[in-house]
Amino acid sequence: MFALLRDRKVRGILFQLLTVIGLVAFLWYIGTNTVHNIEQRGIQTGFGFLNGTAGFAINDTPIAYNETYTHGRVFLVGLLNTLIISFVVIILSSLLGLIIGVLRLSNNWLIAKLSSAYIDLFRNIPILLQILFWYNVVLATLPSPRKSIEFFGSIFINNRGFYVPKPALNSTTISMIVAVFLAIIIIFFLNRWSNKRHENTGEEFPVLLTGIGLIIGLPIIAYFIGGADMNPSYPVLKGFNFRGGKTFYPEFLALAFALTIYTATFIAEAVRSGIEAVSKGQKEAAASIGLSGYQALKLVVLPQAIRIAIPPTINQYLNIVKNSSLATAIGYPELVTVFAGTSLNQVGQAIEIISMTMLVYLVVSLAVSALLNWINFKMKIKER
Amino acid sequence: MAVYNKVETREAPLGSKGILRWLRENLFSSPLNSAMTVLGIAILLWIIPPFIKWSIIDANFAGHTRADCTGDGACWVFVKAKLSMFMYGFYPEADRWRVNLAYALFFVVIAAFKLLKKSGIKILIATLYFIVAFILIRGGYFGLDVIDTNKWGGLMLTIVISAVGIVGSFPIGILFAFGRASKLPIIKSVSVTYIEFIRGVPLITILFMSSVILPLFFPEGVTFDKLLRALIGITFFQAAYIAEIIRGGMQAIPSGQYEAADAVGLSYWQKMLLVILPQALKVAIPNLVGSFIALFQDTTLVLIIGLFDLLAMVQLTGSDSHWLGFETEGYVFVTIIFWVFCYSMSVYSKSLEKRFNTNLK
Repeated sequence: MFALLRDRKVRGILFQLLTVIGLVAFLWYIGTNTVHNIEQRGIQTGFGFLNGTAGFAINDTPIAYNETYTHGRVFLVGLLNTLIISFVVIILSSLLGLIIGVLRLSNNWLIAKLSSAYIDLFRNIPILLQILFWYNVVLATLPSPRKSIEFFGSIFINNRGFYVPKPALNSTTISMIVAVFLAIIIIFFLNRWSNKRHENTGEEFPVLLTGIGLIIGLPIIAYFIGGADMNPSYPVLKGFNFRGGKTFYPEFLALAFALTIYTATFIAEAVRSGIEAVSKGQKEAAASIGLSGYQALKLVVLPQAIRIAIPPTINQYLNIVKNSSLATAIGYPELVTVFAGTSLNQVGQAIEIISMTMLVYLVVSLAVSALLNWINFKMKIKER
Repeated sequence: MAVYNKVETREAPLGSKGILRWLRENLFSSPLNSAMTVLGIAILLWIIPPFIKWSIIDANFAGHTRADCTGDGACWVFVKAKLSMFMYGFYPEADRWRVNLAYALFFVVIAAFKLLKKSGIKILIATLYFIVAFILIRGGYFGLDVIDTNKWGGLMLTIVISAVGIVGSFPIGILFAFGRASKLPIIKSVSVTYIEFIRGVPLITILFMSSVILPLFFPEGVTFDKLLRALIGITFFQAAYIAEIIRGGMQAIPSGQYEAADAVGLSYWQKMLLVILPQALKVAIPNLVGSFIALFQDTTLVLIIGLFDLLAMVQLTGSDSHWLGFETEGYVFVTIIFWVFCYSMSVYSKSLEKRFNTNLK
């Protein structure tokens, strides 16, 4: 009997068996307690509440919504707002992070020090503190709507938000949007063609310049083809507030600014470590075979730097999605605020609502890890 | 016979040595660089002088009441008047020596750690310290009054939450790291599920869960106070991150170490605790400090579930009707505290990284 216990295999099975028994017992314990408690408190169960009327208003909705819509619709509004804020912050923080990360390695002493001061300052202040600071201090001290800061008579900034003209969805705007997508597709194929030509003949094609030209030029052409009239609605002061145009609410702005500034510090560090990881010998080798500075950067340094910088950057994108949930502290109507907050308070079905909320983030994070694995696989150095 | 005249060495041309050369090489090496320097100076001038004017030149330092706030700048009198709130929350004034004593004992323990060598004694001292600190702060024994956790607040609460989170998450994290590296399929899948689940959701949902759902898990009559629920949530959240970091450290250990431990006949736990873990921890220390910084910052989230940590104190003191309109000063003060804590930890982790780097590369 004891000899059997000393066998590693037997012990492994025994140990796992004990774990399973313990886990099942624990789950059974909390399960029965929960069922009992739910009955005791008269909490409803099931997902029927999703069809119930929400009865509360949300001030910033990407899709049609009012008090008469259901909690299911609230979930959708929250989810969309989470995705919108995440998307905006991902774009902005990537740009800012890239700029800061490159400037951090600048040979200009002052600029390099300023960049590293920026990084050291903002990554060491809790993100929630930054969000609250933007919301309660910076944006709250802007002037009232009647004394708005005004640009070109059509952009207004005040403590109720930023107001900008909003183009109507007519032939001009649609053709411009189509033109942007068209430009992206053309650039993609242009890049492939130029790479192939480069491999076969060694001739270079200025893809970067052509690309910039296309992405600016095509929409301009489309603007005139589509009738040259965006027919925007302008924000106008009526009574105490502005009507018309597009409003960016302070909640959205505070969250976007704080998350961008905070996350950019981490992306900057990823960019910096990526560039620094490329060994000096690589740059010297590139110079010695006669590549120009730009060619060396494009063909030798960047492909290696990106391989190192991309995984931590994508992890930061995931953090952006997760950190967007802090919006609940200032009331930007994303998933946690409206669904795990207001809806939960009204319906009281904590288990269903929190599970659904967690599931959303889990799906996003699993999708991101799958993407990351795929990128790592694609980028693996193919050794011969 | 040729006559040689000694030619005195000429002075190096102006701008090729000393401060001028440094300026030319580092700030004005090209037109673009010069433009960036000017821009950098402009940014500095735009930010720093107004801030100094607001925070020092135009600021009020002296006095005790609202009436002493006369300048255009910051009124630090507000912070001075509310300092005890920022530091201790509602903790009774007469008992604050207990918190201070716990702080002081912490430094004694650190000093003892420097002197002592045996890790067994260190663990014993650390455990003892936590028991003593808990009794000191909460009371209930040795004639100390019980101070309810709803009176805890400010920096003290932030430190309590971070300390419990760090210490509590460590053993759990180690267990899950072992579990994830284990060859036993069930243990491994349970650990992977736990780690990936926790890392996939935001802390705030975990806190909501521990404050709303956790009470449903236990029979009636079993009640947790608000702080304990937050602590449970934070500890289990942090444990998943610790587990991943330690697993990263374990992956850096060559398999020869495992095989050697097996060859000398160590049991699984002897192998993991005596051979693998000490080496893995050493590799993982910089990342561990990094995750402790993240935890320290994340403690601010407890304000969303209604605890009054340091950050929550800004909102609380700012809404005092005698002191309306001084939130900015509160935010700046709290920002400085958080920044000093986090920055010193990150400097520490960088120095550790340097120290441990030598024998790895």
